[in-house]
Amino acid sequence: MTTPAPDTAMSTANAVPPSAPLVTLDRVSKRFANGTLALQDMSLTIGTHDFVSFLGPSGCGKSTALRLIAGLASATAGTLTWHPQRGAQAPKTDRDLGFVFQEPTLMPWSTVFDNVWLPLRLAGIARDAADATVREALAMVGLSKFATVYPRELSGGMKMRVSIARALVTHPRLLLMDEPFAALDEMTRSKLNNDLLAIWREHRFTVVFVTHSVYESVYLSDRIVVMAPRPGRVIAELRIDEPYPRLSSGFQVSTRYNEYVKQVQQALHGTMDGVAVDH
Amino acid sequence: MDTPALAATAAPAEPNPAAERLARAQQRESVGRIALPVVIISLLLLGWEALVRVNEIPHYILPAPSLVLKTLFKNWGSLAPSLWFTVELTLMALGAAVVGGVLIAMAFALSKWVEIALFPIAVVLQVTPIVAIAPLILIYVDSTTSALLICAWIVAFFPILSNTVIGLKSADSNLRDLYQLYGATPWQRFRLLLVPSALPYFLGGLKIAGGLSLIGAVVAEFTAGAAGRETGLASRILESSFRTEIPMMFAALLLVSLLGIVIFIVFAALAKLLLGHWHESELRREV
Repeated sequence: MTTPAPDTAMSTANAVPPSAPLVTLDRVSKRFANGTLALQDMSLTIGTHDFVSFLGPSGCGKSTALRLIAGLASATAGTLTWHPQRGAQAPKTDRDLGFVFQEPTLMPWSTVFDNVWLPLRLAGIARDAADATVREALAMVGLSKFATVYPRELSGGMKMRVSIARALVTHPRLLLMDEPFAALDEMTRSKLNNDLLAIWREHRFTVVFVTHSVYESVYLSDRIVVMAPRPGRVIAELRIDEPYPRLSSGFQVSTRYNEYVKQVQQALHGTMDGVAVDH
Repeated sequence: MDTPALAATAAPAEPNPAAERLARAQQRESVGRIALPVVIISLLLLGWEALVRVNEIPHYILPAPSLVLKTLFKNWGSLAPSLWFTVELTLMALGAAVVGGVLIAMAFALSKWVEIALFPIAVVLQVTPIVAIAPLILIYVDSTTSALLICAWIVAFFPILSNTVIGLKSADSNLRDLYQLYGATPWQRFRLLLVPSALPYFLGGLKIAGGLSLIGAVVAEFTAGAAGRETGLASRILESSFRTEIPMMFAALLLVSLLGIVIFIVFAALAKLLLGHWHESELRREV
């Protein structure tokens, strides 16, 4: 194996997550029915309040890892452990997770309000009882005025905001996002990135963010898990020790930002070299 | 500050001159949608009337539209029960087709093996010409009305079945995942996800089945002959053709056509009502 050394990170190698662990993956593997090893021996602890990015090229298992954490697929080997928090039970598959897909994935026959209400509705909460919570979630993403509108009347960015409001309406501890802004234009994407950071900082949930954009992962995350394909695996982990808020501090135009990007790119090129040697 | 104003980027449109112009254009279009077909059909009828009168075509070869209408009103007393019989037969066949088609489609959607086992039978029923099996059904079933109903049902149920099966399977896979993530019960998934996803397909099938159930009812009655005591419009057409009462044939034919048109309009309106606010097929596009 030609796995590159993971300690290319700028941060100290023994950096421990400053927060309590939320979920731990221990040598988790997933093999599809057709024999493809989508994910091999992934070990990772996600801490409370972390903003973790899974970064890598197509086929590196980053979406598979996300689906395993969400409970939408089951691991063929290894264990996934939820750590109890503040006396709370380990989250079952419902209500303590939010999931945002690459597509907005809204129900076209329902209004914005009804789409955001869905997770509560499925938990048996009536419309009246859910009203305040749904409106709060819509306000969070800046769509208060659009409760009665149908998804087709919204732009791509606004649909994605509805999708985020729906994921956050249950106040989950963990928000899973699968390349959520990949289909949006650059300006909408940048705006949504900043809004997401603001909401995350205000509400202190944990985010696992799947992306194939180096710039996006460096700007958003405090941890980046770099992954490589064939078989999908983790090959490096980096910390971005940069305080938030990052918009006003001009992080994106700083030399530190460029150095982080360079590091991540080197780690990624390692993954591509590895692929070349493997074959 | 990193906390941006989360204000929405677009506001609902305010009324303005452009909007008024658009409204006028829409009004013009909706008037045109009705006026244009009416004008064309009137011209055709006038041409027909003129053709018959100028060439003095005898009414037992081609009756003028005016004579057809006159015959219709004069014989309304005897035609009305026949019309009612055909309406009843068509609606019962359609109702049975909807119930049967949807129930079988649900069974197919629930179990792959039920579908594999039964779908070929549905196809056999669909591809066998109804005219060919109607005589057999008439022999095996005592009541003529029941036999006619079975024939019309066989013709009408397939589009509902096949469309509903496709519709129930067409729910977005990410939405399915979302329902699973939130621990939806099978009933919630069915009611809130599968039914709305299948609705456009079902309504498409219903439009086709509405027309087919009328065709089924008429064809079955033709095959049965004018034997029964209760007779529909098909029997009246047959009967008048034996007596070479051509105006009467046209009058009965007119009623069959009108019935078909009414069924079509009702289901088109139903589709618009149920899908108008969200589904691509019913959205009016601005050019």
